[in-house]
Amino acid sequence: MTELTTERELTTERERVAGGLSTQPSPPPPAPRRRRQPLAAARNAWRQLTSMRTALLLLFLLALAAVPGAALPQRGLNPVQVADYFAAHPRLAPVLDRFSLFDVFAAPWFAAVYLLLFVSLVGCLGPRIRLHARALRARPPAAPQHLERLPHTAGWETEAAPQAAVAAARALLRRRRWRTDVRAEAGGGASLGAEKGYLRETGNLLFHVALVGLLVGVAMGGLFGYKGTRLLVAGDEASGSFTNTVTQYDDFHPGRLFSGSRLAPFAFVLDRFTASYQPSGEARQFIADVRYLPSAQGAGGRWRPYRLQVNHPLTVDGASVYLIGHGYAVHVTVRGADGRVALDQPVPFLPKDQNFTSVGAIKVPDARPAQLGFSGFLTPTTVATPSGLASAYPGLRVPRLTLLAYRGDLGLDSGRPQSVYQLSTGGLRRIQSKTLAPGQTWRLPGGGSLTFAGIDQWITVQVGSDPGNTPALAASGAILLGLVLSLRVRRRRLWVRAVPASDGGTAGRTVVSVGGLARTDTDAFAEEFAELVAALGRSADNPHH
Amino acid sequence: MPADATFGSLSNHLLVASMVAYSLAMLGFAAEFSFGRRSALTRVLDRGDSVPVRVAGPAPARVLVGSAGSESRSGSGFEVPAGSSGATSTLPAGPLPGRGAGRPGSEDAAGPPGRLGQAALALTVVGWAVHVGSVVARGFAAHRVPWGNMYEFSSMVALVAVTAFLVLAVRERVRYLGAFVLLPVVLYLGLAGTVLYVPAAPLVPALNSYWIKIHVVAAITATGTFMVSGVVIMLFLLRARYEDRVAAGRPAGVAALAHRLPSAAALDRTSYRVTAFAFPVWTFAVIAGAIWAEAAWGRYWGWDPKETWSFITWVVYAGYLHARTTAGWKGRRAAYLGLLGFAALMVDYYWINIGVSGLHSYSGV
Repeated sequence: MTELTTERELTTERERVAGGLSTQPSPPPPAPRRRRQPLAAARNAWRQLTSMRTALLLLFLLALAAVPGAALPQRGLNPVQVADYFAAHPRLAPVLDRFSLFDVFAAPWFAAVYLLLFVSLVGCLGPRIRLHARALRARPPAAPQHLERLPHTAGWETEAAPQAAVAAARALLRRRRWRTDVRAEAGGGASLGAEKGYLRETGNLLFHVALVGLLVGVAMGGLFGYKGTRLLVAGDEASGSFTNTVTQYDDFHPGRLFSGSRLAPFAFVLDRFTASYQPSGEARQFIADVRYLPSAQGAGGRWRPYRLQVNHPLTVDGASVYLIGHGYAVHVTVRGADGRVALDQPVPFLPKDQNFTSVGAIKVPDARPAQLGFSGFLTPTTVATPSGLASAYPGLRVPRLTLLAYRGDLGLDSGRPQSVYQLSTGGLRRIQSKTLAPGQTWRLPGGGSLTFAGIDQWITVQVGSDPGNTPALAASGAILLGLVLSLRVRRRRLWVRAVPASDGGTAGRTVVSVGGLARTDTDAFAEEFAELVAALGRSADNPHH
Repeated sequence: MPADATFGSLSNHLLVASMVAYSLAMLGFAAEFSFGRRSALTRVLDRGDSVPVRVAGPAPARVLVGSAGSESRSGSGFEVPAGSSGATSTLPAGPLPGRGAGRPGSEDAAGPPGRLGQAALALTVVGWAVHVGSVVARGFAAHRVPWGNMYEFSSMVALVAVTAFLVLAVRERVRYLGAFVLLPVVLYLGLAGTVLYVPAAPLVPALNSYWIKIHVVAAITATGTFMVSGVVIMLFLLRARYEDRVAAGRPAGVAALAHRLPSAAALDRTSYRVTAFAFPVWTFAVIAGAIWAEAAWGRYWGWDPKETWSFITWVVYAGYLHARTTAGWKGRRAAYLGLLGFAALMVDYYWINIGVSGLHSYSGV
């Protein structure tokens, strides 16, 4: 990542060996010793931080730091598993928690690692971009004194004059998009320096700049985006419709700099939900038929239908709506002992296993004279097992609702928050339990009744908007492009020197020597070199071709 | 449906047949590796060798072409081999050689090629073709792309690894790799056919997207080529140890196995080339996965265990590519990073899919 220091030093070192071929300025002389101490220390620390070794170490630390994020349950992903872990390891878990190991990706030490890495990256990108910009404008390097010391060499004699031979070589190389530079040499000779493959470093820099861009995109999403979930019951007017305002969410996570005005008040209604399963019980298809009203349409606007599916989110007013979960809601009608209907609505139950055994609670605060409560479970395809009723298939083949009835005080007025899926049984007295089929009515001892009217389906949708999406996607594209360029393009240099033949009987002839040097993938360059030499030989003899 | 069942069992039979072919080819490669001429296995080039390159030169003149032994260049900079003066040799002008045939080291092509190794290579091609048949039949059995669960994914990864080996074998002389690539391939397929096997079935809704053709294919391609790169890196480490021991005049021990391998520098170059292909593909797989995740789960990155390990794998391989060009990290240290990357990839694949509950629990096991 911060190849700069080491790579540049190595390159210049090598190029000194190769006969001063450097296109780049030699590294600045070391700062004078008499600088003030703190400043010198700071400069030294900065140099250390932006060195390749430090970057490698940080890269390695980043990988290491992410490991507990996969090995341990994370609160952000699955708080239930974290709770289970605490229950299973009561001693270890609090210690791990002290080091934020259940919130790794929000932990200060994780942020420290990646921020240091990015500082190190930015610190070396600046000088490196300057150097590359200079290299792009610089002339290709002059031919070294001893071309024959280069790893790839060739030579021949020709009738053409040295200048003509070099000019022909230049024309050929320019056609092949090499950058060339011709220099006159002492003794009537001429030489040509050529270089190709600058895109390698361009790609390299693009890759690293895009990494910073990706971080910016991610940060934008975290700061300005929002995300929330909402449960909707299909076909139910009250609990099946949604308007995009904060109060309509079951669960809402705004970004740190989010402002409520970003919520476009579109609306949608869940009309129908269909789930189909394979015989094995594995899911086959989930389809939620919704209608939605974009906010610009106003209340009297036209509702549009949409088929919401797992890989097909609905995009409306810059927000996206995803289908992220589903389950069953039991539709019950409950009458108090006074005979009046106290509850008539679908009550969502939470699926607990693959076959959608679903648990929940029915709270009837309006039942008179005493409040009623029911807790229990729904088995969509009911089978009897030694340990009680269970579900053998997620579809509704033999649905049964098993409930335990309570009477007394539900505790809803106590001010203590309670789950809608659980009864707080402190103020309640158990009456009776029963398993019901759809349509059955259960008359409770002591008055009141519960009718199991039917089963509805619910879905959970996630609504959100992430303004960082587009920047992150663009940065990802640039990362990939930069990566391919920096790994595929080869930087290579070629020199051609033509000098009048020494008076060894071949007066009037010109000796042409060619030398080549490749930074990477020298095997492939050997082929290219051989082919170039062949072409150069042809063009030298036929310069007007 | 009976047709599906027919295709399903055809696919299984073909897979077994390809495993048999691969196993026999592996034995052939191993025999050639042990008893054949080294020149049949790889290009014979030793440090400082100067090898003539045939180049078509201009007609009227002598052509002086030289190429310093490529073994002495690490390939990381514009460097000139120390100690070698790049001897040039005089060659008659000749036709421009085709790819591979006239490349450095072709002088050993004079002798009869190793029959055993060629038979093994032919057998590998047969196994490969049968393997392709197995994958296609599986697709017909399931009426969808044949990479929807871990069994199918494993089969595809092995297919890519064999393909990568064959491509390398066509482009350069890498028969020495044969046994070392086919061994993990056969083990991988064995594991897939026993532990991970599930009958053909439709996709779960989360996988039912055209992104499965993009993201998963990229992941398979990267995994298969990383597998080959891991094998070459291991051979590099073995050879580097051998060379060190020989240089120090100590007995080579287990590393003596490596005396028939190409030089450490050549192995290092091959591993880099394979990894430099696989890494961008892996990057693309992760990016495509993020785009798919955005459509399927409503966020492009959520630190799901799969995402986390893919990130770790990416970071470690990025470290490997950087380390190769960093003073003090070149050579063995970089190679260990490369192996670590492959280990991370295997954890990503087996442990995350089977052992950890996350959004990628598609193994069906």
